[in-house]
Amino acid sequence: MKYSGNVIKYGDNVDTDVIIPARYLNTSEPSELAAHCMEDLDKTFTARVKQGDIITAGLNFGCGSSREHAPIAIKASGVSLVIAKSFARIFYRNAINIGLAIVECPEAAEEIREGDIVEADLDNGIIRDLTAGKVYNTAPFPEFVQKIIGNGGLIASIANGAVK
Amino acid sequence: MGMTMTQKILAAHAGAESVRAGELILASLDLVLGNDITSPVAIREFAKLGKDSVFDNNKVAMVMDHFVPNKDIKAAEQCKVCRGFCADMDITHFYDVGDMGIEHALLPEKGLVTAGDAVIGADSHTCTYGALGAFSTGVGSTDMACAMAIGKAWFKVPSAMRVELTGALRPYVSGKDVILQIIGKIGVDGALYRSMEFGGEGLSSLTMADRFTIANMAIEAGAKNGIFEVDELTLGYIRGHGADEPKVYAPDADADYDEVLHIDLSETEPTVAFPHLPENARTFADIGDVKIDQVVIGSCTNGRLEDLQAAAEIMRGRHVAKGVRVIVIPATQRVYLEAMELGLLKVFIESGAVVSTPTCGPCLGGYMGILAEGERAVTTTNRNFVGRMGHPKSEVYLASPATAAASALTGRITSPWEVMA
Ligand code: SF4
Repeated sequence: MKYSGNVIKYGDNVDTDVIIPARYLNTSEPSELAAHCMEDLDKTFTARVKQGDIITAGLNFGCGSSREHAPIAIKASGVSLVIAKSFARIFYRNAINIGLAIVECPEAAEEIREGDIVEADLDNGIIRDLTAGKVYNTAPFPEFVQKIIGNGGLIASIANGAVK
Repeated sequence: MGMTMTQKILAAHAGAESVRAGELILASLDLVLGNDITSPVAIREFAKLGKDSVFDNNKVAMVMDHFVPNKDIKAAEQCKVCRGFCADMDITHFYDVGDMGIEHALLPEKGLVTAGDAVIGADSHTCTYGALGAFSTGVGSTDMACAMAIGKAWFKVPSAMRVELTGALRPYVSGKDVILQIIGKIGVDGALYRSMEFGGEGLSSLTMADRFTIANMAIEAGAKNGIFEVDELTLGYIRGHGADEPKVYAPDADADYDEVLHIDLSETEPTVAFPHLPENARTFADIGDVKIDQVVIGSCTNGRLEDLQAAAEIMRGRHVAKGVRVIVIPATQRVYLEAMELGLLKVFIESGAVVSTPTCGPCLGGYMGILAEGERAVTTTNRNFVGRMGHPKSEVYLASPATAAASALTGRITSPWEVMA
């Protein structure tokens, strides 16, 4: 899978309460969630995010609740990929299960700047910062996770018998 | 290398002799949990699988607790979806208004979890059941949907941090202070992806309520699960609540712990986590004069009978400070009833607090005690993120029921040791 877009950068411990505040959890409609994505952290996010954009962040991205509304809101905002130094574990599995691409790469997450244009090829574990002219390498996904993503998420993997 | 408690339970549920940290497994599950927020998403995903039944209608639990009694039309619609699904699928353990409670207090009370179980729940604080010696962890709605369909979930086998407990807690100090102290030490990602396994001779001084509180907040250190060694107290609790016969797993003597944390319980002090992360833990030497507007006593962390007893002991015969709103929320209907029979509700009401029916309500900023801009609350809940209990510029301070009660009386963050001196 290849991704390319403009970078929106955040810091450490971006929690699910700021990704999508609980006051909006009375719906699970992706577009309604996207309309409030990041609202308590960055009021400008929804106005400036464009299809394909890439979020970079620090440690423990997505910490807090198990709400799948968080990766759903990010994905429905148009974000194609999140690169972080580390992810909170429930967010990590939720993102994989719903098919939002995420990758841990501390170096890239640290160095890539807001507004840079970035290209990522996760099959080969390569992240390119086109603006800065730098290349970063990441570990490929484990085989089991590739199987889930390759089949279009966990639901599709079970529906087509890839996971029993 | 030997296995940890968590690894042994996972191996048993994956049909394997042994498992190693880092290995990906598909494990069978003893219970799958959802609530009124996460279940509707899971139900929508479940529908895509084209199944007309769940894997086992006795092994799915759905609890309406976050926004009930319904706070608005959308919340009502979400509960309606759950109610309809549980009726269609003939789900035995569906808990609605009247017999619901906050899920993580309710399931152990109903005897739905026993030692050695593997449990997932579409709620991050599912790790609470580790207090019973079970492997239990929070997942998302898609995991819940798939688990309802096939009775299994994928896991990366975690490595573990051992928390070795010694000593005994002093008066007015409880499990909440212990876990806040630990998170303060290791940080909100201190146990990321790992298990936290609690044991040692100090265990015997912790009540089941203390253990539930501690396991509940393992997620606040980033842990996949928190789990306690099983002793007589655990077995008594499990049998007393009519749960299945416990399967006790102890860690191997040479279990592969990648870190050991030593906690002397006799040194634990009343502890408060300052905004906006649970790791900002402080003891009273560093707290100073922090005025408050609201106190909340409740939640899956501290809404059990023992918690209400601890708060009532401090509030009995005293009045809350002028200008402070105090909201007490028993975690389950049974806790509510027992608190009534013991006269605790009278203590709260006479001291100027309100008592609510069980609900998550203010814990996640849902309703029933939302904070305005600039307001501060001392609460017995588990998260103090930006905007967690209302306005993004409000502040949440996490504390034990005893500290919350003491603070309610003075209008500033106050140690129970000061009030009860
Ligand atoms: S009481 Fe709070 S933390 Fe516990 S389940 Fe409810 S919302 Fe979640």
